[in-house]
Amino acid sequence: MLETAERGASSSTKAPPHERYLEAFRWMLTARVLEEKLASLYRGGMIVGGVYLGRGQEAISAACGMFLDKSKGDLFAPLIRDQAGRSAFGEPLLDVVRTYLGSAKGPMRGRDGNIHRGRPREGQLAMISHLGAMISVLVGRLMAKRMRGEKGFVGLTTIGEGGMQTGATHEGMNIAAVEQVPLVVVATNNHYAYSTPNDREFACAALVDRAKAYGYEGATVDGTDLAACLDVIGGAVKRARAGRPPQLVVAEILRLAGHGEHDDASYVAPEIKKESFAQDALQRAEKLILDEGLLGREGLQQMRAQIAAEVDAAVATAQQEDAPHASEEDWSALSTRELADQFA
Amino acid sequence: MSVTYLEAIREAQARLLREDERVFIYGQDIAGKFGGAFKATKGLAEQFPGRVLNTPISEDAMVGTAIGAAMEGMRPIVEMQFADFSSIALNQILNNAGTHYYRTSVPVPITVRLPSGGTKGSGPFHSQSMEGLYSHYPGLVVVTPATVEDAYTMLIDAVQIDDPVVYCEHKYLYYHLKAEALPDDKLPIGKARIVRPGRDLSIVTYSAMVHEALGVANELSPDGWEVEVVDLRSVKPLDTDTVLASVARTGKLLCVGEAFPWGGVTAEVVARVASEGFHLLDAAPARVNAKDTPIPYHPNLWSEHRPNKSSIAAKARQILAE
Repeated sequence: MLETAERGASSSTKAPPHERYLEAFRWMLTARVLEEKLASLYRGGMIVGGVYLGRGQEAISAACGMFLDKSKGDLFAPLIRDQAGRSAFGEPLLDVVRTYLGSAKGPMRGRDGNIHRGRPREGQLAMISHLGAMISVLVGRLMAKRMRGEKGFVGLTTIGEGGMQTGATHEGMNIAAVEQVPLVVVATNNHYAYSTPNDREFACAALVDRAKAYGYEGATVDGTDLAACLDVIGGAVKRARAGRPPQLVVAEILRLAGHGEHDDASYVAPEIKKESFAQDALQRAEKLILDEGLLGREGLQQMRAQIAAEVDAAVATAQQEDAPHASEEDWSALSTRELADQFA
Repeated sequence: MSVTYLEAIREAQARLLREDERVFIYGQDIAGKFGGAFKATKGLAEQFPGRVLNTPISEDAMVGTAIGAAMEGMRPIVEMQFADFSSIALNQILNNAGTHYYRTSVPVPITVRLPSGGTKGSGPFHSQSMEGLYSHYPGLVVVTPATVEDAYTMLIDAVQIDDPVVYCEHKYLYYHLKAEALPDDKLPIGKARIVRPGRDLSIVTYSAMVHEALGVANELSPDGWEVEVVDLRSVKPLDTDTVLASVARTGKLLCVGEAFPWGGVTAEVVARVASEGFHLLDAAPARVNAKDTPIPYHPNLWSEHRPNKSSIAAKARQILAE
């Protein structure tokens, strides 16, 4: 389940406590239920733009959010398939639905949508669509915290195997190692960059080999195995927090949805769906919960019903809220209003 | 005791580092005894340990890092080795820094210093003027100091502004321009300055071209033409009021810029005057820009590629004759 790259530190094989399984499962299920609702709203024409799902990525994503602690000053720079991690990090359901529905009360106030949301002051960065761009931004925040004398914090950012191929990712990963900031980069290989399979994305034997090249400690993990994800991500966060070099974790999964809900993913090869990494992480986690006796079937159903009720309540709230009005928009991209250029 | 344009930039940074603990400088080859390709940070790393930091050749990550630090309350200054290389950082500057406040309500107070403009022999990749490109995108303040005094006060202002500022410093002016001393007072960013009053023609320009325009004004003076020269100082925001007031006095507009001719600052000025001050004009407004080719290497070609006293004077005489 776990390999470390040549320069990788040995990871603890001690399983995390069982209560974390249940906590993680709850975030995974929250993401799945919420995203099913978002997909349904999208199909009903209630959401403009796009909806991007993390189906299949919930285990690795939940683990990313769970080991970060805002009270320690931790920072999270998620990407498009990180609903589970965002929720685990503390993102309210209302932030999600308000942003997707364009509510003026959401964190982006209708100025940006879907997965571009964030609360930078509360530690969750607001991604831009250009892949790899958030890595160096997170590095800068970590540097600034260190300059101010803060200690004990980490930053975690996520990327896909598609985003791993950009110049910005290369520059960002390299500068993180040069600055020796407490950073964890979690790269999830979901085997398709939109429609492009791995053989047209990269030609190295294993993405984790890049850890050594950048001066990181590297690890791989089966992204469909919740227990392994908690173990490996927990270990990487712990090492980064302890002052080890930046950490690269590469998780293997299959994206169990289209790139977005507009995409039927008909290009996914039938044979890849039989691979071990193509399993549904949520189903595996559910089995883990049952096997460990943490909850019975009834308990699982209750949890799902409770989450569905929370999601429905959030959607109902956001749907009643005002959309942004162009007439009330001040149309200034600068906080220094007197420096905004005037156009007749 | 005199101060060059380059020394003013160094002194402004020294003062910022001394007076504001949030300031640090991030760039290539700027630390140690080396002090930058143009020595704009010479001595600062020794004076301010840990606050003048060398980076890898990673323009995108340099700016990204500055953006992150600014979100945490720092006031980073990024030195691009040459403005031209900021093209590698366009994504961070335009899409991250330029959108962040509008999207999230969290401003990103970074200052990106761009050693801009042409000098002899610098060729296509060490000569560019990118102010028009940056001004096109929302969310950035773009300044183009033409004097030693402005180089000093506008850099200090740039760092104190809560929004991203692209600070275009002209390499030709680094050593050629000298002032008696650093200034005690200043004109704020966003205000243009009439550097030479006149009644017959307004030459509106910025950065190094201010000095070419002043040369032209002096050359035309013996013929009885009184040319007014307006230094925009900041190209975004653009001080339309001062430009219109000048055109109201002279009735004629010539706009001069060192950047490429398609669009850009000069086109913006002409468009604003044509739409907001059409009734003030006694002749069609005109522009002089660089030519629409890459910036050539050889001085014979380069000196004709950019606007110069002779091409500006020819255009000025043409308008004055109308």
